[in-house]
Parts: sequence; structure tokens; C-alpha cells
Amino acid sequence: MEVRPEILALVLGCALVTAVPRVLPLVALSRLELPPWLADWLRYVPIAVLAALLAIELLSAGAAGLPAITAAFALAAATRSLLGSVIAGVALYWLLN
Amino acid sequence: MKRESFAAGMRAAVPVVLGYLGIGIAAGVVERAAGLSYAEVLLISAVLYAGSAQFVVTSMLSLASSASAIVLTVFFLNLRHLLLSAALAPALRGVPAWKNALLGLQLTDETFVVASGRRPLSPAWMAGLNLAAWSAWAMANLAGAALSGAARDTRTLAFALPAMFAGLLVLQVRIQPRLRGALGVALFSGAAGAGIQLAAPGPGAVIGATVLGATLGLSLERWKSGPKSSR
Repeated sequence: MEVRPEILALVLGCALVTAVPRVLPLVALSRLELPPWLADWLRYVPIAVLAALLAIELLSAGAAGLPAITAAFALAAATRSLLGSVIAGVALYWLLN
Repeated sequence: MKRESFAAGMRAAVPVVLGYLGIGIAAGVVERAAGLSYAEVLLISAVLYAGSAQFVVTSMLSLASSASAIVLTVFFLNLRHLLLSAALAPALRGVPAWKNALLGLQLTDETFVVASGRRPLSPAWMAGLNLAAWSAWAMANLAGAALSGAARDTRTLAFALPAMFAGLLVLQVRIQPRLRGALGVALFSGAAGAGIQLAAPGPGAVIGATVLGATLGLSLERWKSGPKSSR
């Protein structure tokens, strides 16, 4: 039940390099009027980053990944429920494994 | 218009909290199995607070990698937050810098997507979302550490992550004014992410695919609306 000094230093180092990209743009750019092209470009970031993260996760999820993610998509599209799609995806993945 | 409250932000966090319980338990199991104490599991989940980075730190610790190599990998892995933080900035204009700094500290892929549909964004609402997600994450990591001896199937729990991404993607596409453009960006970014990851595995895949995908979206939009209406 203790924290080793080298683990503390490692976690603080990782936290620092994580905090800078999390905080800096929000603090700096929220004070500026962004040019319209940049504002429009940034509107596509959520979709692009989610699709990329999802595809990369699926690469390592095995054969059950594709049908399970299809179920999660179908449920989300039909019900708009994020909760439902998480449960459906995990349940089908569990059944197929 | 009434600004949305802290409590409303916590309610909006419920689906993220559920997803984090699954992934967080999986993270706690592997962290404990890699030799971290309970206090260290709490430290890494509360202070680093980044799911994929914690998995990477854990596996690199097991491989006895050097601390500098681990920190450098985490830096590149989490560099994508630059884009998320920048995309959130227009919704938080006029908010004091110290508040934006605190809100940014707890920015994750999932809370970003839940928040990004909202304009204007209330700092209190965002704080509620952040704190609910953050405490669920730390609790789940601890629960996973406690279960580490018994639990073996972390793969199933960790599938909450892609399942949550799928749900968030549907919600994001629905709020976009140009549905076909949004679907095109999603398909292209997914293919690009997988392609880059297969060719050169690493944190560059997400960043590269995001930059390419958002650029495609903007180009399609500008091309369709024509040069004269491009504001």
C-alpha cells in the first residue's frame, strides 16, 4: 500500500506531457476569434477522431469485434442510446467469445 | 437562455460512466497484475487519467522499459488531445482562463464528444461531466485492482471502449448539418486510421487519420458550397 518514488516520478512525468496538449489550446484559442476555415475544420475533428480510434480498436478485437460493433451501431442508430449501445456491444462480444 | 447546471452535466455523464466502469475495471486488473500497489493504481488513474495511456504504461513497465521511453510514448499517444482541446475552444470563449485550464485537465475522448455538440457550453455543466467521469474512472480502476486475482477476462470488459466509440460516433454524425459529408469523413478516417496503424503501428495513426479526415470534410464542404459562398 505504498507509492514507490520511481512510479510517482513516472506518473507525474506522463501526467505533465498529457496535461499540456489537453489545456493549452483550450486556454489560448478560447481568447481568439478563429478564422472560419479553422472553425469549420475543427467541427470535423470529433467524427474523424472517433472513427479512427474505433477502427484501430477493431483491428485487435478479433473476429467477434465486427458483429458486436455492428450491433452497437444499430442500437445507437435506432434508439440514440449511448448506454444501450455499450451494453449491446459488450454483451454480443461476450457471447461470441 | 438558462446556462446548464453542474447536476445536468453529471446526468449527461451517465453513459460515459458506465463505459468507464467496464474499461476502468479492465485497466485496474492489468495494473495490479503488472505489480502496481493499490495506492499506485489510484495515483495513475486519478493523476494521469487517460485510459489508453495507462494500458501502455502498464505494458511498458512489464517490459522494463526506461522511464524516458514511457513518458515519450505517452506524450505522442496523448498529443491528439491538442485537436480535441482546440475544437472545444470556440464553445468556451469568454470563460476565464483558469476555469478553461481546469476543464481541459480532465478532457478525454469520451467527455469531449459528449460536450462537443453543445453551444454555448456552460463551464459548470462541463465540470459536472468531467468530475462524474473522472471519479467513475478512479473507482473502476480500484475495483479492477481488487478483482485482479479473480478476473481473467479483461478483453470482454475492454470492449466497452469500441462500443462506446460506436455510440458516440452515431450521436456525432446525427448532429452534423451535412449528413453525407459526415458519413464520408467517418468512413475515410476509419479506413485511414486502420491503414496507418497496419503500416506503421503507433500513436501517429489517430492523429494522422484525424487530420486527413477533417481536411477531407472541410474540402467537401467548400467544394460543394462553391467559391462565392465560402464566407
